[in-house]
Amino acid sequence: MKVPYPGAIDCDIHLTVPGTRALLPFFDEFWREQILTRYIDRNPFTLMSYPPDSPASARADWRGEKFPGSDLDGLRRQALDPFGTSIAIANTLHGSVALFNEDLAAAFCSAVNDWVAAERLDKEPRLRASILVPAQSVEHAVREIERLAPDRRFVQIVLLVMNDHPLGRRAYWPIYQAAARHGLPVCLHAGSLYRHAPTSSGYPSYQVEDQVAQSSAFESQVVSFLAEGVFQKFPDLKLVLAESGFTWLPTLIWRTNKEWRGVRHEVPWLDEPPADIVRRHVRFTLQPLDLPKGEAGAALLRTLEHVGSDEFLLFSTDYPHWHFDGEDVLPDGLPPALVRKILFDNPRATYPRLGESADAGGGARQSEETVP
Amino acid sequence: MNAPVLERDTRAVQKAGIVDCDVHVTQRSGAVLYPYLSKRWREHLETFGGHVRQGVSGIAFPRMMGAGQRLDAYPENGGPPGCDLALMQRQLLDAHGIETGMMVALGRGGMEERNQDYARALSHALNDWQIEDWVKPEPRLKAGIVVPQEDAEFCAREITERAQNPDFRQVIVSPRSAEPLGRKRYWPIYEAAEAAGLPIGLHPAAISGGAPSTGTGWPNYYLEEHYSFESGLQGTVTSLIFEGVFERFPKLRVALIEGGFTWAPALAWRMDRAWERMRAEVPHLKRPPSEYFREHVWFTTQPIEEPETPEHLAEVIDRLGWHRLMFSTDYPHWDFDDPRYVFKIKLSDAHKAAVFRDNARAFYGLG
Repeated sequence: MKVPYPGAIDCDIHLTVPGTRALLPFFDEFWREQILTRYIDRNPFTLMSYPPDSPASARADWRGEKFPGSDLDGLRRQALDPFGTSIAIANTLHGSVALFNEDLAAAFCSAVNDWVAAERLDKEPRLRASILVPAQSVEHAVREIERLAPDRRFVQIVLLVMNDHPLGRRAYWPIYQAAARHGLPVCLHAGSLYRHAPTSSGYPSYQVEDQVAQSSAFESQVVSFLAEGVFQKFPDLKLVLAESGFTWLPTLIWRTNKEWRGVRHEVPWLDEPPADIVRRHVRFTLQPLDLPKGEAGAALLRTLEHVGSDEFLLFSTDYPHWHFDGEDVLPDGLPPALVRKILFDNPRATYPRLGESADAGGGARQSEETVP
Repeated sequence: MNAPVLERDTRAVQKAGIVDCDVHVTQRSGAVLYPYLSKRWREHLETFGGHVRQGVSGIAFPRMMGAGQRLDAYPENGGPPGCDLALMQRQLLDAHGIETGMMVALGRGGMEERNQDYARALSHALNDWQIEDWVKPEPRLKAGIVVPQEDAEFCAREITERAQNPDFRQVIVSPRSAEPLGRKRYWPIYEAAEAAGLPIGLHPAAISGGAPSTGTGWPNYYLEEHYSFESGLQGTVTSLIFEGVFERFPKLRVALIEGGFTWAPALAWRMDRAWERMRAEVPHLKRPPSEYFREHVWFTTQPIEEPETPEHLAEVIDRLGWHRLMFSTDYPHWDFDDPRYVFKIKLSDAHKAAVFRDNARAFYGLG
C-alpha cells in the first residue's frame, strides 16, 4: 500500500555523485593534481555491488540519466514528493570505500561528504545524510566523523556490510566511540568491498547470488557486534542495518540466545541474552521486503511477533534501487499504529538529530560542539 | 509452557525407533586407517600428516569444554569421543532407541586436504573403514560416502563404486569447498549421486576450503564461528539453486546437516525477491528459487533453534513443511540434542513419527 500519512521519514535513499569531476572542487590542491594527472577522474567509482545498469541498482522509471540518483530534481520528484516524505536520510555509496589506498579513500570520502553538503543538503532541506567513512583506516574514519559531526544534517555514519573484518572487532571501536559521542547511529549498508568471498565457500557466479548473500553478512556482523560486546561498551550506540532484509532476524536471536547459554564463558562481558541487546540496539530499514507474495503483511506481522518488538523497522524506499513498483512501498494489511511507528516514531527514536530543525544544520556547522 | 518438557513421555517414539541423521564417528588414531591405506600413503600420513588451509594444528576456534565433545563420551580406554563402538552403542543407539544412525565421518576423509592424491587415498580408506569397523559389526549404522569434493571426477567414480553397497545411504560433501558447490566443476558429483539414487549430505566442516567463514572475514570467537555454520549453508544452498543444479539433476536431493532450519522460509522469500529482479541473469532457472528449495532440500534438526516463545517453532515448521525435517543428535558433540527434550513444544503423533523416523526412512530409503 501507499504511505497513508504525510511526513514520512525515509531512512535509506541514495545519492549518486554525477561523475568524479563533480568532486574536483572538494579536493585540496594536492589531491586535485593527483586525480587529474593520474586520470583517476576517469573512473566513476561505482561500487561493484551496484553496477549502474543493473535492475537491482535502479528502477526503470527512476533511472533517467547515466548515474541513477544523481539528479536533484529527479530525486525530489521521484523519491520525496510521491511518498510525502518530510525527511530522507541519504547514503552516498561511493566506490572509493573499496580502494586499497587508505589515504586516497579518505580524501574521496571527505570530498563526497562535502559534495553532499554543498550540492544536496544546502539545496534540499528535506535531506539528511550519512557520513561516508573509509573503514580501511580507523584513524581517517574518526577524523572524518569529528570533522563533520558539528553539521547536524549528518545524522549517522555509514559502512559497507562486507568489509575488511567483522566490524565488532575492537580495532573499530574508536569509530563507535566517536559515533556515540556525537549521537550518530552507525549504519551498515548492503554491499561488499570484496576483500573476501561473499560466502564461506567462495565467490558465487552470479550477481543475484551476491544480492542474496548480503543477509548472511548482516547476520555475521550482528553476531560480531554481540560477541565482541560493542553494545556493552557503548550503551547509547544504535546500529542501523540498511537494505539488509529483516526476516532472518528471528533465527538470529533464537540461535544466539541458545548459543550464548552454551558458550557465554568465552565472552563473559556479554551479560544478558543477545535477543534483548538486539531489540534495544539494532534497527532495520524497511526495503527490501523479503516476504511471501500475497501474504506479505501477515508474514511481516508474524516476524515482528517472533522478534518480540515493533520498534526495529525504519521506513525506507531505498530509492533508486528497485524493490517495489509504483508507490506501494508498504505491505498491505499493517495496522495503522504500526505504520505510524515505522514511518515516524521508530526513526525519531533511532536518530536523535532528526528532532532538530533543518535550519539548525547549516548554522550548527560553524558552531562549537563540546567533545567530552 | 516450558513445564511439561521434563516429564514428557517419549517412550512411544523410542519404542517405534528413531533415525538419528547426524552421528559422528572417528578413529582412535590415524593408525586405524592403515589397513586401508597403501604403504605410500601410510608413510605420508606418518611423515607429513594433513595439509590444510589453517594456521594452527587441531581446531582454530577452540571449543568450550572437552574439545567440543560430551565429556562422558570420552572412552575409558582412550581415544577421542566417537571412536569406540561399544560406548556409542550404549550411550546413543541403545539409550535412545535409535533404529538407524546415519554416520557423518568428518576428518581424515580428504575433504579439506590440499594434496589431492592424498585426499583420494584418505577418502577411499575412510569409506572402507566405515563399513569394516562400524557397519559390519553394528548394522544399525549406515555409512555416507565421504568424498574429496575438489576432484569431482574421482568423487563420481568413488560414488558409483560405493553405491553398489546398500550400506552407503548418502554422499557426504563438505560445504566448505573451494568454490560454491553449485558451480559446474562439482556437477560430476551430482550426476553420479543422482544416478545412484543417493542424496547429498552437506555438513559444515571446521576447516576452510579457502574462503573465510563470513563474507566480512574471519570472526574472533567460537560463538561467531559456530553461527557461521548456518549462514554458510545459506550460501551453499543459494549456489546449488541459482547455478541450476536441480534443473539439470531433477532427482537430486540434499540434506543440510547441523545448520539449523528456521532460516529456510526467509531465505526462500529472499531468493524469490532477488530472482524476480535479476532473473535475466539466470535464464537457466525455469521456476522461482523457492520451488527448487522446497522440492530438493531437507534439514536435520540439531542444533535446534529455540524461540523465546516455543510455539513459534511449530509455526516456522508449518511453513517449512514437516516432511523436510529429520531428527539428529550430533552425538558425541557438546551440543548433542536429546530426543526426549529436543522439542519444547508438544508434537502431534503424526509429526513426531515423521520427524523422528519416517522422513529419514523415506529420504534415505531405509527399512
